[in-house]
Amino acid sequence: MAPMNSGAIQVKGEVLDVQRAGKYFVMSVTAPGLAELTQPGQFVTVSMGGEESSMILRRSFAIQRVQSRGMYGGTLEFVVSPVGKGTHWLTKLRRHDPLDLVGPLGKPFSLPTKAVSCVLVGGGYGSAPLIMLAESLRDRGCRVDTIIGASTEMKLYGELELKRVSTSLTLTTEDGTAGIQGRTTDALVTILDSAQVDVVYACGPMPMLASVAEESTARKVFSQCSVEESMACGIGVCMTCVLPVIGDDGVTRMLRSCVDGPVFRGDRVRWSDVGTIPDGALGKEVARS
Amino acid sequence: MTGAVIVTGKSAGVADDSSFDFTTNVGSLELNTPILTASGCAAAGRELDNYFDITAIGGIVTKSIMLAPRSGRATPRMAETPSGMLNSIGLQGPGVESFIENDLAWLQQRGARTIVSIAGGSADEFGKVAAKLRVAGGFDAIEVNISCPNVEDRGQVFACNAEAAAQVIQTVRRNSDNRIPIFAKLSPDVTDIVEIAASVAQAGANGVSVINTLLGMVIDTNSMRPALAGVTGGLSGPAIRPVAVRCIWQIRSALPDLPIIGMGGVRSGHDALEMVLAGANAVSVGTSIFNDPSAPMRIQNELEQELRSRGFSKFSQAVSYAHRDVDHTFQIAASTDVANHADEDWDFISE
Ligand SMILES: Cc1cc2nc3c(=O)[nH]c(=O)nc-3n(C[C@H](O)[C@H](O)[C@H](O)COP(=O)(O)OP(=O)(O)OC[C@H]3O[C@@H](n4cnc5c(N)ncnc54)[C@H](O)[C@@H]3O)c2cc1C
Ligand SMILES: Cc1cc2nc3c(=O)[nH]c(=O)nc-3n(C[C@H](O)[C@H](O)[C@H](O)COP(=O)(O)O)c2cc1C
Ligand code: FES
Repeated sequence: MAPMNSGAIQVKGEVLDVQRAGKYFVMSVTAPGLAELTQPGQFVTVSMGGEESSMILRRSFAIQRVQSRGMYGGTLEFVVSPVGKGTHWLTKLRRHDPLDLVGPLGKPFSLPTKAVSCVLVGGGYGSAPLIMLAESLRDRGCRVDTIIGASTEMKLYGELELKRVSTSLTLTTEDGTAGIQGRTTDALVTILDSAQVDVVYACGPMPMLASVAEESTARKVFSQCSVEESMACGIGVCMTCVLPVIGDDGVTRMLRSCVDGPVFRGDRVRWSDVGTIPDGALGKEVARS
Repeated sequence: MTGAVIVTGKSAGVADDSSFDFTTNVGSLELNTPILTASGCAAAGRELDNYFDITAIGGIVTKSIMLAPRSGRATPRMAETPSGMLNSIGLQGPGVESFIENDLAWLQQRGARTIVSIAGGSADEFGKVAAKLRVAGGFDAIEVNISCPNVEDRGQVFACNAEAAAQVIQTVRRNSDNRIPIFAKLSPDVTDIVEIAASVAQAGANGVSVINTLLGMVIDTNSMRPALAGVTGGLSGPAIRPVAVRCIWQIRSALPDLPIIGMGGVRSGHDALEMVLAGANAVSVGTSIFNDPSAPMRIQNELEQELRSRGFSKFSQAVSYAHRDVDHTFQIAASTDVANHADEDWDFISE
């Protein structure tokens, strides 16, 4: 077995810019050496609140874009949805504030070796890592139909960037404030049923991923989903971030989403059993009578 | 316990090129440095090797391994708390055979000093794991994680009962190579940790590792349900450090010669020094690795600076140094170790 995350490094970065984007904030930071290593779908972890902080766990963010050249010797961008203590602290940082970054972490999206037809589905800030992915797919000559959705317009992310790099872009909102009223998966089903699709890539909330995987697999279309599980270490040493995944041998194992994911084959994750140790999982304790 | 050393008045942070002896003897376990990783916070070292040279610290304590593969508990398995976290992993692991074949083999090939942590649901299981390890070889010591529920005793945790703890240690001792030191990992969730330490030492443990996590609980105020799928979890991180220091202090006071591996919330060299002064012969770094993957290496460097700046030229001089003026007869009636307290200490009187 190769060492895990063998490309990851720990670097001291600095905030370059914090930009508001609807309900989200786009953080641009210097991250020397990290940009060259990053592939679409990987994430970084950021330590919170400074050296003596009472928030001892790092927070994870999908990498939206990297730049290896330029005056800062490597920069990266990620999108922050302020939901709790750590994310609020982050969005209040200003230019030149220091940040401790570890990355790039996790398994990236697998890219096709041929110019195939791809559909990208992003829910909420889950569309952020799709920007890099779409660029890579277009570089390979792939067709890229992108769907992004959210509950409401203010929670849509990446419209302009994704429009630029996609063959087509569809917007959905549940309240109808932008694009088609409904869910991303409604739009996905429409495309799957009307055109030849080879791969579906998705990132967003777990219920969205579950139905993306279900609809794709039902039509024998290969899907890759980037999951978001609570993580304590992000580097594979603690076992907090597990979910049930079926292996090539048909055996279900509780795999670490930080090193074996966050990108998994949609048809391999036991979506309805996430949060549990399903029967038959390797090493599940049999209840004693 | 070490006698008094002369501590010169060097100011902190002064760079010092003079030689420093960082070696430590944790009983018969000789380590190049006193910094270890804590079990369950470093897997089997492989992932961390990416962030620092794992052979440059004292050693790796591996995640507690059981006889058979184990899937652990449902998720969520963690909740952050002020300066700490709760975990309820449930000892997920591949089982001892896969561990020997993959993890232990890798550690040996990498040249890392290795302390294998073992767990079990019964004394018998502990013994079987130890027996498999004895056949395999290729490690330096065993840490026995007795903070597991005893399936044969209504889930009572071995570490909370002096007799049950002793029985596990005896079984592991019987099934291990005599030359392999055994450390019993103690739980702080007991009325008298000294009683448990004395009991496992009597049963053949060559030392103790203190402390494991404290049992805690968090309720998610959004869902208005327990935050962890396992309901309760183990509290770790800087929040528990004073508890750990107290446990080390009490055991050192009562059992002056018992080797102690200290842990619980160590985040800096300063924190590690505190444990050493309280009586730890080595210090494990756990939760801080999640905050900073290179923490063990950083803490090791910081500890050396902390010791040098206080005028120590050898790590061993600092072990238990905080006990030097303390008369333990007042603290622990049973203790007969009064040899090391200072003869006179009149500095509360100014003449
Ligand atoms: C692989 C991955 C990629 C992610 N990408 C992004 C992204 O691009 N943009 C973004 O805004 N968020 C992203 N998240 C979610 C983000 O990490 C959490 O929202 C954040 O950790 C919440 O921290 P907090 O202190 O604000 O919240 P609190 O609720 O105070 O956090 C308490 C603890 O729970 C953990 N936690 C809480 N919510 C989540 C969650 N949804 N996922 C994982 N851990 C959580 C925190 O890490 C922390 O340890 C990602 C998560 C993962 C695992
Ligand atoms: C996620 C996690 C998993 C742990 N797993 C184990 C384990 O398998 N065996 C064990 O003896 N201790 C385990 N521990 C306890 C630690 O080894 C250590 O005793 C405790 O966390 C206190 O140290 P710390 O505050 O530096 O983490 C675990 C702790 C954490 C946070
Ligand atoms: S978050 Fe620690 S193993 Fe994945």
